[in-house]
Amino acid sequence: MASAEGAVRRFSIRMAGIGGQGVVTASHVLSNGVILDGGESTLVPFFGSEKRMAPVESYVRISTDSIYEIGEIIYPNLIIIFHSQVITHGKSYTMPFYWGLKKDGVVLINSEKPVDMIPDQVRELEEMNASVFYLPATKIAVDVAGTELATNMAMVGAISGILNMPGEDALAKSVKERFVGKGIVTSGGTASLDSVIEKKFAKKAELVEKNAAAVKAAAQYARDHGWDKWQQNRLAAVKEQTVGAN
Amino acid sequence: MSDVVEKKVEEAHPRGDDPRTDVITEKVSQEEIEEEKKGAAAQKVVDPDYLFLKAPREKQFITGSEAAKEAIRRANVDIAIAYPITPQSETMQQVGYLYAEGYVKDYYRAEEEIGVMSAIAGASRAGVRCLTATSGPGLMRGIEQIQAWPGGRLPSVLLVMCRVINAPLAIQPDNIEISFLLNSGGVVLHGENQQDFYDYALAAFMIGEKAEVTLPVAVAVDGFFVTHARGWVSTPAENMKLPPRECYHEAVPMMDNENPPIRISRDAPIQKSNFISYQMHASWQQEVWAAQERSRKWIDRWLGGLVEVVNPKAKTMIVASGGAVSQAREAVRQSTEQGLDVGLIKVKSIRPFPTQELIEGLDHAEKIIIPEFNYVGWLAKEVKSVIPRVERVVSGPRVFGGMSMPTELIMEKITGEYK
Repeated sequence: MASAEGAVRRFSIRMAGIGGQGVVTASHVLSNGVILDGGESTLVPFFGSEKRMAPVESYVRISTDSIYEIGEIIYPNLIIIFHSQVITHGKSYTMPFYWGLKKDGVVLINSEKPVDMIPDQVRELEEMNASVFYLPATKIAVDVAGTELATNMAMVGAISGILNMPGEDALAKSVKERFVGKGIVTSGGTASLDSVIEKKFAKKAELVEKNAAAVKAAAQYARDHGWDKWQQNRLAAVKEQTVGAN
Repeated sequence: MSDVVEKKVEEAHPRGDDPRTDVITEKVSQEEIEEEKKGAAAQKVVDPDYLFLKAPREKQFITGSEAAKEAIRRANVDIAIAYPITPQSETMQQVGYLYAEGYVKDYYRAEEEIGVMSAIAGASRAGVRCLTATSGPGLMRGIEQIQAWPGGRLPSVLLVMCRVINAPLAIQPDNIEISFLLNSGGVVLHGENQQDFYDYALAAFMIGEKAEVTLPVAVAVDGFFVTHARGWVSTPAENMKLPPRECYHEAVPMMDNENPPIRISRDAPIQKSNFISYQMHASWQQEVWAAQERSRKWIDRWLGGLVEVVNPKAKTMIVASGGAVSQAREAVRQSTEQGLDVGLIKVKSIRPFPTQELIEGLDHAEKIIIPEFNYVGWLAKEVKSVIPRVERVVSGPRVFGGMSMPTELIMEKITGEYK
């Protein structure tokens, strides 16, 4: 049954947010971080007409094993909501926002307080046995990095806290590669946003440092709130099944 | 004589600003000489067998467009002609950088796809190595010329980054356009991922230029899923390239552009309504398709066969090409985890079609599943046209219009359970 454990170590992540928040960038940083940490990962953004404030989705696959699947993720284990308007205003390519979430999955939402959902949505999430976590990502970004533009970094940090991968060092390196070395091929819009971010920081080194700090703070927030137990429980459930089968 | 010329130049440019003399007299620094020796200038021609099969490789995590760029970098391309269309544009933009760096000898943006494909025909006829790429509606616009390439015996490489062609307009991946290439006579390869896009594109040049083939080769991949997504690609070092095209060693001579009078047309149109002309055209077509068959040997040698088989003895077999193969691989893994007996045949070459490989590889199968990224199911039709006992074929699952195919859809076909 080692293979069942393998399945538990494969994650499909759907990230949803609105244009300008850096959802696609977050997926690049996370995916590259996993690769730098020795794992396997692929990512694919949803391709449409990206613009500020319009829905954006990006998909990341993470595994300790080789990854074959391509394309958008219809049935994720984790759903990451970068902006409450994805839920409250329906700014999403996927409606309702949790559609396709696998049983016992995670919904991580950037919000300081629980988001108003209609009773049916609350009920369906309960039926899926979903763990819903609220991360004050924008607040962390402002407090730690001094700008809400680092919200995406906080979201990446929290994901690493929940999955216990990629490791802190690999993720910090991935952030650095995003802004300094080994550029990621970006769209024109992202490139112009990069120059805005750069102006906010005196030096690139400071930019990297502050972003990495936001990642770290959010990862710590996730662990402090016991969100990392979700993955531990999945592994434990597989072990229990294995013992039961024998 | 030279004195006279120099004097004339001086007179014409009394201030000494003649751009030609400026260039000549400028002192070249040692650094510049060293720089010249790097990059494209440092590339050495190597044997294709070595480049494809033996040269040590390093892994990179790059997009499909970048993988194609790495293939072109090593392909010794004489001319690349581009016309932008999503999702192909990024690749030809990368090829533009290669031109700027000296890896591609000539490059320009044509007026539109009919112009592109006509110009490719002209360039190939002149005996040089040519490259172009297009997507969806661009392929449809250029297809009149593309259909004429094989009959002209014009080796060239056409990269096809598949996208929706039907109305309503969309830019998303959907590989229905490949079905429009299948009756042209040219070779058509269908890559699964970024690695394939590198390997197939590079090998395509040599396959098409082999004397017994002398045909264009189209290398298709699913747009965005391959072109804009990252994957692991292993490539040999940058300092190697393929030998140049040997246009004197092909099935038909190239057009002689240097000795007047230049022949306007190498192959005179066969228009007369008489038995001789019908015979001539018929035998010409037969020869094109026979040439396509002869490309098998090189596909076997350089791409490891027309098909790849996973779990060859399984009772349920999946047959797939392109991106659907990746989804099928995951379905095979999940099936194995669940204790189900499922195998896979990846079809790498659509033309020539692996008829014998499929008949033999599917002989034992009780159930054959053919997942596709298009509505019409062109691969299922192709497979059904060659194998016996077609009632074993479960058509689909199919997604189209740009949807991705969740592995769960293939699992439903395998287990027969619908969730």
